[in-house]
Amino acid sequence: MTDNLLILPVIIQLVIAVVSLFFWSRTSYQRISSIIGNVIFLAVSFILFFHVKENGIMVSQGGDWQAPFGITFVLDLFSASMLVITGLSGLAVSIFTAGSMSRRRALFVFFPIYHFLLLGISGSFIAGDLFNLYVWFELIIIASFGLITLGGGRRQLEGALKYVTLNLVASTLFLTSIAFVYGLTGSLNLADLAVKIPEVENQDLVSIAALLFFVGLGIKTAVFPMYFWLPASYHTPMSAISAIFGGLLTKVGVYALIRVFSLFFLPDSFAGTVISAIAALTLIMGAMGAFIQKDVRKVFSWLIVCHIGFMIAGLGIFSTVALAGAVFYLFHDIIIKTNIFMVSGLLYRINGAHTFKFIGGLYEHYPKLSFLIAIPLFSLIGIPPLSGFWPKILLIEGGIQGFDYFIVGAILLGSFVTLVTIGKLWITAVWSEQKSVNYVKHFIHFTQLSKIQRFAYVFPIALLSVVSLFFGFGAFWMLDIANRIAEELMNPDLYIQSILQTQ
Amino acid sequence: METVLALLTGFMYAAGIYLVLRRSLVKLIVGLIILGNGSNLLIFLLGGITRGNPPVIGENETMLTGLYADPLPQALILTAIVISFGLQAFAMVLLQREYVQGGVEDFDSIKEEEEAL
Repeated sequence: MTDNLLILPVIIQLVIAVVSLFFWSRTSYQRISSIIGNVIFLAVSFILFFHVKENGIMVSQGGDWQAPFGITFVLDLFSASMLVITGLSGLAVSIFTAGSMSRRRALFVFFPIYHFLLLGISGSFIAGDLFNLYVWFELIIIASFGLITLGGGRRQLEGALKYVTLNLVASTLFLTSIAFVYGLTGSLNLADLAVKIPEVENQDLVSIAALLFFVGLGIKTAVFPMYFWLPASYHTPMSAISAIFGGLLTKVGVYALIRVFSLFFLPDSFAGTVISAIAALTLIMGAMGAFIQKDVRKVFSWLIVCHIGFMIAGLGIFSTVALAGAVFYLFHDIIIKTNIFMVSGLLYRINGAHTFKFIGGLYEHYPKLSFLIAIPLFSLIGIPPLSGFWPKILLIEGGIQGFDYFIVGAILLGSFVTLVTIGKLWITAVWSEQKSVNYVKHFIHFTQLSKIQRFAYVFPIALLSVVSLFFGFGAFWMLDIANRIAEELMNPDLYIQSILQTQ
Repeated sequence: METVLALLTGFMYAAGIYLVLRRSLVKLIVGLIILGNGSNLLIFLLGGITRGNPPVIGENETMLTGLYADPLPQALILTAIVISFGLQAFAMVLLQREYVQGGVEDFDSIKEEEEAL
């Protein structure tokens, strides 16, 4: 297998997006091509993943210009596993939307934009160049702008306004950081920067560039002082779009932060403390925000903010154990956040509302469904042996080894408040009696859907629940992968050598 | 020249951030545009400025020699300009829709309407 094939996931998404554009008004073709395309994407990601796992890092130099002069694409174990996780979430959302989205909505070219979004996400995982990473990020945000305003409802536009403004400011800061890095080193290749940044005389300027980078990506990732746009906008679009946003968008930022801060902006003890403090505050503020909300999707939006803290905490502690925890949590979080937003879509279809005032009676009317949604909700809390439990063990272990007791406390507090919040949601949605279905205009109840549509609501949730169960019960295998990734991140010599072709 | 450009970049960042923090929607978009152009200018400045030495390899040479201008920042800026142009066009249409649908041009009134919902 030639290394240039690592570009294949990006090309597959591009082909699906363009093909769906040709079927502008034939939405059923778009639905089918979306599902088939994502199945192929997932299969290719799996093949690439096992190839990288057996044979090591794959590197492709754009136009055969050797690094650091050309544009480099890299696929190491971290990015390959991110591609697989993206494929799983993407396929689930594809099936969910293909079955549940009305023709009227699908005519707003949902499917092409959705695949352009996945194109940007998979591109940012294989980028081996800082400016290339920026371009993929811009691709992601322009596609997400399209999705968040899809349909153009009044509240959606207001949510989008905040989202767009903050993202544009964040991109500018990211670009500023790139300008500094280029001015200091004359290079933008990630591996080349890992060699050149430690040689820069004026390390204070490097810290400024690192800070700008952290703020720019921190806004996109929604860390502590810069998260307000997320709960203000993520509950406005339709559930399937929230699912892909909540699952993947903020996590791409986490991926880039972990990649860059472990490769060349190595956190010294002060920066490590700052990142840890930000992580702890993100956990606490997100948990407090989730605790007082009375709307399913707002609770989940705040929980996204809260759980970003776990991954940033791993970066702040910065040891092999903690990074393994952060990486494992990242995998778990993408799957689980996609899943719970689809669960919120299912609850809406049954109750006609997202607010706690109207939801209820799931166990009374749909006992099997309540057992199904128990899996993602309890995994989210991290009840052993479900998937959220293992990465938290690693993070706490890393925190105790690093004598970082404040962050350990914040992790425990964040987990505990998540437990209380989800417990409250569980009592309201599942155990309490159903008050009355809130029939809004054009509302179609779950029982009025055709068999295929009902299948499309339940199957993706079941699919991702099975993946979560695998993460929980196959934790030994997952820990093995996470540990290998963390060791590669802590010792990036192999990564640098395979890109720069030096011995 | 560097000093002038550095001051200008700083001024553009300051003006952009000031305008983004205003409540008016029109000033917001103007602020975003100025901020974007400021960062383009910064890339240009930090790439190093050289006068009258184009990066062209002579007929009898195989590589660039002597003093020459770095061609990469221009490629970067060109990409950044195209991207920010697209994003700003989108933002403008969004603000226009917001104004037509909601009849608001002030951020404070948006907040009040959301609480009323």
